[in-house]
Amino acid sequence: MIHAAFLIPILPLAGFAVLFSLGRRLGNPLAGWLATAMVAASFVVTVIVFVALFQQAPAHREFTQSWFTWFGAGRLRVGAGILVDPLSMTMAAFITGVSSLIHLYSIGYMKHDEQFPKFFTYLNLFVFAMLMLVLADNFVLSFFGWEGVGVCSYFLIAFWFERDEAASAGKKAMIFNRIGDAGFLVALFLIFERTGSFEYTTVFSRLGHVGTPSLVAIALLLFLGAVGKSAQIPLFPWLADAMAGPTPVSALIHAATMVTAGVYLMCRINPILHLTPDAAHVIAWVGAVTAFVGATSACAQNDIKKVLAYSTVSQLGYMFLAAGSGAYVAAIFLMLTHAFYKALLFLGSGSVIHAMDEDQDIKNMGGLARLMPITGVTFLIGWFSIAGVPPFSGFWSKGDVLQNAWAVTPALWVIGAVSALLTAYYMGREYFLVFLGERRWTEARPVADGHGKELGHGLHPHDPSWHMSLPLVVLATLAALGGFIDLPFHPNLVFLERWLDPVVGPSLLQTHFSVGQEWLFSVVDAVIAVTGVLVAASVWRASSSRPALEPRFLFMAWFVDRGEDRLVARTSTALANFTATVVESRIVDGAVNGVADLTRWSGERLRRIQSGYVRNYALGLVAGLVVLVAYVLVRVGS
Amino acid sequence: MTGSTAILASMAAHLLAAGGIAMPRIDYTAILPELILLGGMLVLVLVSSLSPRPLPTEAYATATVGIGIASLVASLVLWRDVSDHGPFTAVARAVNVDGFGVLFLVLVSCILVVAPLLAAGHLRREGVGGCEYYVLALISGSGAMFMATANDLVLIFLALEILSIPLYILAGFDHLRESSGEAAMKYFVLGAFSSAIFVYGIALTYGATGSTNLAQIAAFLARNVVTSDGVLLGGLALLLVGFAFKVAAVPFHMWTPDVYQGSPTPATGFMASMAKAGGFAALLRVFVTTFPTLRGTWQPAIWVIAVLTLVLGAVVALVQSDVKRMLAYSSINHAGFVLLGLQAATARGVAGSVFYLFTYSFLVLGSFAVVSAVGGKGDERHGLERYRGLGRRQPALAVTFAVLLLAQAGAPFTTGFFAKFYVVEAAVSAHSYALAAVAMGTAAVAAFFYLRLVFLMFSDVGRTIPTHEGAATGGTPTDTLEMPSAGGVATLVAAPVAALVEVAEPDPAIVAVSPWVAAGLVLCVATTLVFGVWPQPLVDFAHQATLII
Repeated sequence: MIHAAFLIPILPLAGFAVLFSLGRRLGNPLAGWLATAMVAASFVVTVIVFVALFQQAPAHREFTQSWFTWFGAGRLRVGAGILVDPLSMTMAAFITGVSSLIHLYSIGYMKHDEQFPKFFTYLNLFVFAMLMLVLADNFVLSFFGWEGVGVCSYFLIAFWFERDEAASAGKKAMIFNRIGDAGFLVALFLIFERTGSFEYTTVFSRLGHVGTPSLVAIALLLFLGAVGKSAQIPLFPWLADAMAGPTPVSALIHAATMVTAGVYLMCRINPILHLTPDAAHVIAWVGAVTAFVGATSACAQNDIKKVLAYSTVSQLGYMFLAAGSGAYVAAIFLMLTHAFYKALLFLGSGSVIHAMDEDQDIKNMGGLARLMPITGVTFLIGWFSIAGVPPFSGFWSKGDVLQNAWAVTPALWVIGAVSALLTAYYMGREYFLVFLGERRWTEARPVADGHGKELGHGLHPHDPSWHMSLPLVVLATLAALGGFIDLPFHPNLVFLERWLDPVVGPSLLQTHFSVGQEWLFSVVDAVIAVTGVLVAASVWRASSSRPALEPRFLFMAWFVDRGEDRLVARTSTALANFTATVVESRIVDGAVNGVADLTRWSGERLRRIQSGYVRNYALGLVAGLVVLVAYVLVRVGS
Repeated sequence: MTGSTAILASMAAHLLAAGGIAMPRIDYTAILPELILLGGMLVLVLVSSLSPRPLPTEAYATATVGIGIASLVASLVLWRDVSDHGPFTAVARAVNVDGFGVLFLVLVSCILVVAPLLAAGHLRREGVGGCEYYVLALISGSGAMFMATANDLVLIFLALEILSIPLYILAGFDHLRESSGEAAMKYFVLGAFSSAIFVYGIALTYGATGSTNLAQIAAFLARNVVTSDGVLLGGLALLLVGFAFKVAAVPFHMWTPDVYQGSPTPATGFMASMAKAGGFAALLRVFVTTFPTLRGTWQPAIWVIAVLTLVLGAVVALVQSDVKRMLAYSSINHAGFVLLGLQAATARGVAGSVFYLFTYSFLVLGSFAVVSAVGGKGDERHGLERYRGLGRRQPALAVTFAVLLLAQAGAPFTTGFFAKFYVVEAAVSAHSYALAAVAMGTAAVAAFFYLRLVFLMFSDVGRTIPTHEGAATGGTPTDTLEMPSAGGVATLVAAPVAALVEVAEPDPAIVAVSPWVAAGLVLCVATTLVFGVWPQPLVDFAHQATLII
C-alpha cells in the first residue's frame, strides 16, 4: 500500500489540470466540489499509506520512490521522487486533512465570488506544491515545492487584485520571500559542492566529510530561507499584509501549512543542526524573540485577521524555538496543534467577517456569541487551545516547547512564558471584543457585498451554511483533543515522539525531567494561561477602548515594517535610480549602443555582397574553395 | 533499335555471367524507413493519377503524415534493434545502421510528420495543391535518410542529389510567382555547381586512398601516414565545400537568402530543416569517423568557417527588413552553432549537434509556417511592419511565434536553450574557448532581432489596430470556434489548436490559419516547451548518437 504514495501529490495536480482547462465550464459550485474531492481523496490515500507505514517495524519506516530523472549535467543528477517516512507522512496527513476542510469551507465562503473556479484552481495547485515540498526525496524537488507554494501564495494573496491593497500585499510577500529564497539557493549550491548530492539520505550520510564552517553556513542559509517563508524576524511584515487575501487562504496558507514549511525544513535537516549547535542557538533565539514580538504586536491590533496574523508569527517563533533547541518532536507537535486551532480561528473569523458584512474591525463588533452560537463556541475552543488552557491541545504542545527551552537555557523559557501569557491575553481581548459585551453595530447600517454593491437589507449576523460550519466543528474537536497524541507523563503516552523517532531520534535533545518536575512545569503553564485569560476578561469584558493598553508602537509592530522600508527599500530605490540614470544610461548604454552601432554598420556593409546575381554567388563559392584548397596545400608543404 | 537493345541485353547477361557485377544481398529491413517513404510516394502518385476528381490537398497531407508516422515507427524499431544488438552494416556495406544514423532516420520522419500539416494551408490558399508537393517532400526525405546512413561516398553523392533535386523543384513550386522560379533557378545552378565540386572531391579521395567506402578509407588512413598527401587533402577540401554549400555555411551560403526568400514559405521551412539534417548528418559522419587522423588539418578550417558562419548570419540578419530573409540569415547563424559540435569532434560534440538539429528542425518549420500564414494570399507580405500588433489581433498566433522565436534565441525553458548549451559546452570541453565565446556573442546579437520581432508583435504604438471585437461583428466570433470537448485530455490538446485556428478574413489584418497548420504549430510549440522544461529524454536520445566506422 505504501507504493500508492505517488497518488498523494498527483491527485491535487490532476484536480488542478482539470480545473485549469475546464474550470469555467464546471462553474460554481461544481469546481469547488471537484477540488475538494481531489484533496479529500489525497487525504484518504495518505491515511492508507500512513497506516501501512505504521505496520512496518520502526527501523524500516523509510521508503524512497523514484519516479524519473528530472535533469542532469555532469555528475549532477536530480531525480523526481518521494521520501515516505514518519515525518513526511505526518506532514502530508495534516496538510491534506486540513486542506480538505478548508476546501469545503471555501465552497461556502467564496459562493458569491465571480472567480470561484479560479480560486479552487489555485488552491489545488497549492496543495500539490505543498505536498511536493514535504514529500520530496531531495532538496531541489523540495525547493520546487517551496517556490510552488510561494507563487500560489502570491496568486491567492492578490486574488482580489483589483484592490490596490491586495495587489501590493501579494508583491510584498513575493519580495520578502525572494530574500529568503536566495539563502535557500546558495545553501543548495553549497550542499552539492560539499556532498555531491541533493538527496536527503545521501547528503545526511556524507555529513562527516563536510567541515563545520560549511555546515554552519548551510544551516544558517537554509534558516534564512525558513525566515522568509515562515515570517520570522526580520522578514515577517509580509504576513500581516497577506491578510488581504480571502480568509480561507489565510487559514490554509498563512496559518496552517505554507508558513510552517520553514519549520519542516529545519526538522528535515536535523542531522545538520545536530552537528552545528551554534547555528541551532541562533535559530532558537530568533524564534524566541519573534514569539515575543509577534505576541506583543497582536495585543494592539484592531483588525480581526491581523490579530491572528501576528499570533501566527508568534506561534511560528515558538516552533523555531523548539527546533533550535533540538526538540524537533515538540516543533512538529506544536505545528500540528497550531494547524488545528489557528485554522479554526481563521475560519471562525471568516464566518464573523461574512456575518459582519466584510467589516473586519473588532471595535465595531461585540455580542455575537448569542447570534452565532457555533462560531462562538468553536472560537472559544480555539482561544483556549492557543492560550494553553488545560486540557486543550495548545497546553500540551506549548508546554513541551517551553520545557525543552528551559533545558537549553532558562532565559529562553522566560521569553517563551511571557509570550504565552500575552497569547492568552490577546486572544481573550479578541474574543471579548467580538463575541461578548455590548453590540457596537447597528442593524440598520447600509450593507454592501464587499464589491460596493448594495444588497439592500439590514445586518442580521447568523451562523454560516453547513459547508462552513462543519469544518469549524471538526477543527474545534481536533483543537480540543489534539494534545493527546503526545502526553508527557508516561513513556507509553508519547505517541508522536515514538512515531517520529526514526527520523529525528538521534538528533533529539535529551531532556531529563522527573515526573515531579513535569507536573511543576504543567502547573506553571496552566497558571500562566489562566492568568492571561482572567486578565483579558477583567480588562475587556466591560470596555472596548483602553488606549493605554494599545500603544502605537505595538500597533505598528515595533515599527519593523516602516524601519525596513526606510532602511532597505528607500536606499535600494535611491541606488536603483542612480544606476538607472547615471550608470545605465551613460556608461552601459553608451557601450552597448556603440557595439550595436558597429554591428549594424558592418551588417549594412556585408549585405551589399548579396547582389542577387548568380554569377557573383558562384564567384563567392569559388573564392571560398580557392582559399580552402590553398590552405590545405600549405599544410601539405609544411 | 532492336539490334542495339539486343546488344545491350547480351552485354548485361555477359557481365552478370562473368561475375563483373555482383548483385549485393539487400537487407530490406535496414532500409525500411527509406522504402516506406518511396513506396508511400509511389502510392500517392498512383492515387492522384487514378482518382477521377482532384483530391483536396489535405487528403495528400494526411496520407503523407501517415507515411511519415509509418517510417517513424520503422525507424524506432531499427533504433531498438541497434540499441539491443549493436550497429550493423548492410547492402554490401554501403549502408551503416548505427545509433547516429538511426537518430537521423527518426528526425527525418518527424519532419515528414510535421511539415505536411504546415504546408497544407499554404498550398490550398495559393491554389497549387496537388500531390506533387508531398511526393517531392517524401523523395527528398528518403535522400536525407540515405545521407545519414550511407557508408560510401558514392552513395552519399547519390543521396545528396536525391535530397537536393526535389528541393530545387519545391523552391520553384509556386509557379504563379516570379520570385519562386528565380529562387529555384539560382538554387539549381549553384547546387549543380557545388555537386560537381563534391564529385571531384570523391574522385580525389578515391585516388588517394583507393576506396570510396568510408570504413575502408578510414582503415587505409589508419595504416598509412598520409598527412601531407596533396591529393587526399585536396579531396577533403572539395568534400567540405560540397557539404558546406548544402548546410549553408559561410562563404558557401550566398544562395540562402535569395532562395529562402523566393521559395514558397512552407517549402523554405522544409528546405531549411531537411537539407540541414541530411547535410550535417553526412558531414559529421564523414569528417568525424572517416578522417579523424586528419583532424589537425580540418579542425582549423571548420573553426574559421564556424566563426564566419556565426558572425555573418547574426550580423546581417540584424539589418534585414524582410522576415523571410531575416530567418534565412538566422538559419546561417544556427548552422554555425551546429558546426561547433563538429569542430569539437568529440562524442559530446556530435551529440550536441544532433540535439541542435532535432530542436532546430521544429523551430524553423514552425517559424516559417507562421510567416506563411501572416504573409497572406500571394505569400508576399513579409515586411517586419506586417507583424506590428499581431499580438492584439491574433494572440494565439503571436504567442506561438514568440515561443518559436524565443527558442531560436536560446531562451531558457525552451529546447533552444539546451541546444545552444550543449554545443557550447562541447566546444568548451574541447578547449575551443574562443569559438565558444564567439558563439555566445552572436547569440546575443541574434537575440536582438528575434526579440525585436516579438516586441513588434506585442506593441501597437501609434496605430489603430482592428481588434477581435471588430472581427467578431464581421460574423466569425472566435469563441464559436472552440471545439467540443469529450474530456479534459481532449480539451488540453484541442484547445490550443482551436485557439490558433482562424477561418475567414473579415478584416484584411486578420490572417487565416487552417486547422492543419494550427495542429502542426501546436506540435512544434509543444516539443519546444515540453523538452525545454524536461530535456532529459531528448538529451539521452541524442547521446545515443554514437558513430561507428
